[in-house]
Amino acid sequence: MADVGIDFSQETDAVGGGLGNAHDFFELMKPRVMSLVIFTAFVGLMLAPGPLHPVLVATALLAIAVGAGAAGALNMWYDADIDFRMRRTARRPIPTGRITPGEALSFGTVLAVGSVIVLGLLVNWFAGALLAFTICFYLFVYTMWLKRRTPQNIVIGGAAGAFPPMIGWAAVTGSVSIESAVLFLIIFLWTPPHFWALSLYRMNEYKDVGVPMLPVVAGVDATRRQILLYSFVYVAATLAPSFIGLAGEGYLLFAAISGGIFILFAIETFRRRDGKRADKSAKNLFAFSILHLFLIFSVLLIEKKLEFGSGWTFLW
Amino acid sequence: MVTMMQLTEEQLRSRRSRSKAIAWTLIALVALFFVVTIVKMGGNIVNRPL
Repeated sequence: MADVGIDFSQETDAVGGGLGNAHDFFELMKPRVMSLVIFTAFVGLMLAPGPLHPVLVATALLAIAVGAGAAGALNMWYDADIDFRMRRTARRPIPTGRITPGEALSFGTVLAVGSVIVLGLLVNWFAGALLAFTICFYLFVYTMWLKRRTPQNIVIGGAAGAFPPMIGWAAVTGSVSIESAVLFLIIFLWTPPHFWALSLYRMNEYKDVGVPMLPVVAGVDATRRQILLYSFVYVAATLAPSFIGLAGEGYLLFAAISGGIFILFAIETFRRRDGKRADKSAKNLFAFSILHLFLIFSVLLIEKKLEFGSGWTFLW
Repeated sequence: MVTMMQLTEEQLRSRRSRSKAIAWTLIALVALFFVVTIVKMGGNIVNRPL
């Protein structure tokens, strides 16, 4: 440290940051969550009827991804106090001091406003408004209101994660429809068994920071029962695209078989209640749920490609 | 009297990294708006009253 001036390195957190590099800010956007958002939004864009120039498809995807990243950054800003105390989140940029909460707030706000303006101006304002609503829902309804108050936090808050395919659909059509509502419903119903499986083996961390996840409030047995119930409803929802003309018989067969496997994982989680095997079955369900959602959307996309291949050859 | 803050090497590196990221983002935005304008207007870009 130089002899003259303020020892900025020691005052960084209090004075206003300065340690975070571009990668730290990128990390603030929750890139792993963003990748799932990009993928599901892409499927929404591809399944929607009507043409959209590939440049506008890429623009819509970019705006949706940045909007999701902005929501992630604002979530990290608000949750910095509990992230600091949880093992899963303690290495995030704010708890480690690389980025100050103020920087995260500014970064998230600029990206949120910017992504909505870009989507609205360059694609259409209905999609832009839907993206704005999604970011606000995630920040104000889920992060600020529900997360620390009710075990239904991820049930209702899960809607935020379910909007991307609907935004993708709206980018093409300028509206919502029953088909995009079904895509929304699939992710919406997938969220509870996915996050409750995680919370089963991370329960103590949530308990320590006072987040009322279902196992903390209602107990692990009730959570396992809810996971099983939601798994049945989720699997039923994954069959719906075939009954509204969004997918065909090939998809239906795949959804039925993979849904059966999903339910087997949920039953295993329901039955294994003690020791490491209980944790392992919850971890297996958590991991399989990610794979399952990815496959369901992939098969929807592939089947559409086989049916209407010539319509979007620019991508293949 | 105003005293200048002295940044460490690490802070200077981080600041350079942030500045570059902001510069590239702005360049990318300009390019994006340009390309989308061309895509949306297409051949109509020259079809205007003189």
